[in-house]
Amino acid sequence: MKKLIANREIEVNEEGYLTNFSQWDKNIGEELAKEQSIDMTDRHWEAIDFIHEKFKKEEPLSIRGIKKSGVLDIKEFYSLFPGGPLKKATLIAGIPKPKSCI
Amino acid sequence: MSTKVKKMLFILSKATIENAYAAFVMANGARMEGIESEIFFTFFGLEAIQKKKLDHLHVATVGNPAMHMPTMLGGLPGVEALATKMMKKEMEKLDMPPIGEFLEILSDSGCKLWACKLAVDMFHLERKDLIDELDGILTIGDFYSRADVENCQLLFI
Repeated sequence: MKKLIANREIEVNEEGYLTNFSQWDKNIGEELAKEQSIDMTDRHWEAIDFIHEKFKKEEPLSIRGIKKSGVLDIKEFYSLFPGGPLKKATLIAGIPKPKSCI
Repeated sequence: MSTKVKKMLFILSKATIENAYAAFVMANGARMEGIESEIFFTFFGLEAIQKKKLDHLHVATVGNPAMHMPTMLGGLPGVEALATKMMKKEMEKLDMPPIGEFLEILSDSGCKLWACKLAVDMFHLERKDLIDELDGILTIGDFYSRADVENCQLLFI
């Protein structure tokens, strides 16, 4: 389905995740974050950069992976994206929701 | 995307690897969904938070029909250790952390970890025998009082 985000028509799935990463840019991310009541700071973007790196390398995302990232620790990850950090960070990053249970 | 469950409370009473991981995966999964979670370690479950023992939890090979091995065989020396080694290898493939690291992850994720006072006394344990991440030693009554929100679920493992 299509959704108007930052004045652009973007393809999203029923949960609001982008289905075409090439449509993503920082404005879109900012707008999606606002819908989750998150104000993006430099630290948020560093986390998103890390998630994009993993996505481009096709490596699965997990909470343990965040711990090993060297970019941020789990506590900070939870405080940056409260209420389900992997779910919310991937939504903002414009990539699919991770299938990981850990 | 939203769930009606707001808080999950787990009681872990056993120290086999499969039971400990069941509790940990569910408690961590809850946090990942934005659900509060806490674990109360009681009886043999305490082994999972004892510094000296947590790295040595085993799979139960005896009395476990899903192992598909005769009970007599499961009791032979070394069989339990071998089965445990094989299971740990499979878990590592799935990027499942070892018990000690999993407890750190849970604590960092905001999952509260409690030890049962009665069981701690019974096994003659002291606070220093238990992991540093532990949030405290509680009576079962104290733990029930943690069920302080609507839509809270309690699970005994």
